[in-house]
Amino acid sequence: MATATDVRHLLRRATLGPTAAEVDAAVTAGYDAALAALLTPAGTDPGATATPVPVSGPDPRPAGTPGIDRAAAQAARAAAREQVRTITAWWLERMVAARYGWVEALTFFWHGHFATSVQKVRSAALMLGQQRTFRDLGHGDFGALLGAMLRDPALVLWLDGQRNTRTAPNENLAREVMELFTLGIGHYSEADVRAAARALTGWRLDRGTGGLTLDPARHDSGTKTILGRTGDIDTAGFAAILLAQPAHAEFLAARMWYRFASRDPVPPDTLARLAGAYRPARDVTALARAVFTDPAFPGTARGLVKAPVQWLVGALRQLGVRPSALPVPVARALPAGLTALGQTLFAPPSVGGWPAGTAWLTTSATQQRLRLGTLLAGHADPAVTAALSGTGTAGRVDALARLLVLDGFTDRTRGVLERAGCDPARLLALGLASPEYAVC
Amino acid sequence: MDTVTRRRFLRRAGVAGAAALAAGAGGYALSDILATAGRHDTPAGAGSLVLVTLYGGNDGLNTVIPYADSAYHAARPDLAYRPEEVLRLDDAIGLNPGMKGFAALYAQGRLAIVSGVEYPKPDHSHFRSMDIWQSASPAAPVHTGWLGRWLDGAGADPRLAVSFEPVLPVVLAGERTAGAVVPVGGDVLPRGTATATLSALGAPSAGEPPLQARAARCFADLVSVDAMLDAVPPAAAAGSPPADPTGTGGRSALAAQLDLVARCVEAGVATRAYSVSLGGFDTHADERDAQQRLLTELDTAVSAFVRRMAGSDRGRRVTVLIYSEFGRRVRANASQGTDHGTASDMFLLGAPVHGGRYGQRPSLTDLDDGDLKAGTDFRDVYAAVLAGVLGTDPGRVLSGWRGRLAGVLR
Repeated sequence: MATATDVRHLLRRATLGPTAAEVDAAVTAGYDAALAALLTPAGTDPGATATPVPVSGPDPRPAGTPGIDRAAAQAARAAAREQVRTITAWWLERMVAARYGWVEALTFFWHGHFATSVQKVRSAALMLGQQRTFRDLGHGDFGALLGAMLRDPALVLWLDGQRNTRTAPNENLAREVMELFTLGIGHYSEADVRAAARALTGWRLDRGTGGLTLDPARHDSGTKTILGRTGDIDTAGFAAILLAQPAHAEFLAARMWYRFASRDPVPPDTLARLAGAYRPARDVTALARAVFTDPAFPGTARGLVKAPVQWLVGALRQLGVRPSALPVPVARALPAGLTALGQTLFAPPSVGGWPAGTAWLTTSATQQRLRLGTLLAGHADPAVTAALSGTGTAGRVDALARLLVLDGFTDRTRGVLERAGCDPARLLALGLASPEYAVC
Repeated sequence: MDTVTRRRFLRRAGVAGAAALAAGAGGYALSDILATAGRHDTPAGAGSLVLVTLYGGNDGLNTVIPYADSAYHAARPDLAYRPEEVLRLDDAIGLNPGMKGFAALYAQGRLAIVSGVEYPKPDHSHFRSMDIWQSASPAAPVHTGWLGRWLDGAGADPRLAVSFEPVLPVVLAGERTAGAVVPVGGDVLPRGTATATLSALGAPSAGEPPLQARAARCFADLVSVDAMLDAVPPAAAAGSPPADPTGTGGRSALAAQLDLVARCVEAGVATRAYSVSLGGFDTHADERDAQQRLLTELDTAVSAFVRRMAGSDRGRRVTVLIYSEFGRRVRANASQGTDHGTASDMFLLGAPVHGGRYGQRPSLTDLDDGDLKAGTDFRDVYAAVLAGVLGTDPGRVLSGWRGRLAGVLR
């Protein structure tokens, strides 16, 4: 029988940071109903409606345009950077405002899975387009998502797909699709990579429109053999071959377990259950349900370190802070703070995705969490600070744990908090920086 | 490129030697490093290496400039420096105008420029190029860095190889251990965060989950670092934004890292290899001014460090090695789009360095199949420092590599 602790654990993992009120509602509803509400929410999300996707105009200066003088180029570059700032600020606002927490968590998961960085793509519009695909196709048939990703301008650009031609094949996209997105190391050969590269040849990107088209003159339509299948395989054919591989289901299942459950090797029976739930329809939601209902899941509590985005978004939600309502210098400190913590939205360090675990637990990150936490605490919603006032020392610490959706504090941290005085902002800052709040 | 450990390499690269970190190898305070001073297990007269990584893909052609080569000017009319702008080193090459310190060191014979350094199979994507430079394994991806592998064989004490960057770089990740990460301080602690509070948060709590315990330990480390470094400026008031997290109060991040290296060297610590870095080298070749600013920052910080090191016995045994993932292309109009990104220049500086030019700059007009000829394999340079600075057999660290750049170290 699932307990309130199990429900808290579920919400901490399946969202980017639940509020106490959301936890209360979930506990009342019970684990199964809460999970269903998370995975398949009904209706439109008012938080999403209130944070419409910005319209990112065309690239101010598509790369490689000849004949622009330096001043104009620099101006265009500055405009492009401003576009990236805009979409970054929007995404942070959306993650905080959204009520459908799993939608945001899953979108962020795909961002790390098909890890693509704006630093090479250099187009806010293309990054937004990629994220739109994550939101539209990320919860259903993975085959549809994969097919869309192989034709996603941002991903293709990121992995040099537009330079992959019949006469000069580039293996980058082919390799990473197999190694990192669908199969994993050891389930394909170098010959498969070379043949797959040929299958993916011919796509051209129009930087001006952001459109991807297939140029038959550049496409290698010859016979190829990929993973044992022979024929005139093109992009769609390649995707179908990947999805049919026995290794694929287990690979994707393990990726999802790794990010939402535990970084320890997946127990074999768990892996079998997860892959079995995924295989029939390649349904991502069914896979997620299997993760969150697996018997091994409750035991994974407090076994993950929060990624910086998770830490910040949870803090903002729990303190009732909307970035857009902050003074501009404070609002700008948030993305800067994420970067200082080692995680820049839209810019994962490589196609391998984000770091995890102890990589986030450095001295400098601890300093940064203290600073950011203090900053946020100074702007907390008055209702939040009111909840932390005047209830006596022990009561205040309990209220803090409830607010931050923690199961409790160790005696060590409790002692620090109890000695911290009665300033709610002080209490909040220490709570946000605490070791208990760093893990989930 | 082989596939066997690519994923593991990326994961561990991102986590910076996860197993070693989880074992506690990563989080060190400056006091831990300084405490090694006076140990007697360091061979007398042993040298130490300062590895400077330039992240982002520096444009080599605008760093060591073939000002006399008409192909240089023809290939990049927007970006080329005019011959009178460069700091001439000889009849063929000059340095970027921002590098006055390096030009002076070259004249004194303290700067070696190794041109045409490359690795085989140049058609890797840019972001992977740095992986190759740091792992020194172009053919088969591994999850360790060359200095990390050196560390494994040199006694596996993390304090022998220290990074002052925010995150442990792959180059220091070994099989058994990883180098120590000591964060550069100077950040402002919020007002009212008393040391006692931090120390209290840093105390272990029986039975708490391992990751939570690790998070707690960071507070203890924070106290040590804070105590060791110079006075912290007045704390920002609660509610106002923190100072720019990438800056350290007006001094460059690289200068701050090198300052810590200098303090360690002068204190006679046991550390043999230091890793520092400078990021932000733009991904596009047309940001000439931005690159010059970065090169000026590099020049200022490293020249000052080299001059400081020249003033002590211990300092005169320090060698600086600078490299980047030179991923930039020659911006040629309507040419073959040839990727010159793999050939780059490496710099060595310091009293042990025999200054001058080494290697050979690849031709800008010989565009045949993109395979640059007459290049120096980057492992030859690593082998020279492994043998000449760290006193180790390069083959053991570089998978049996036999090449070595001769003559660059005294």
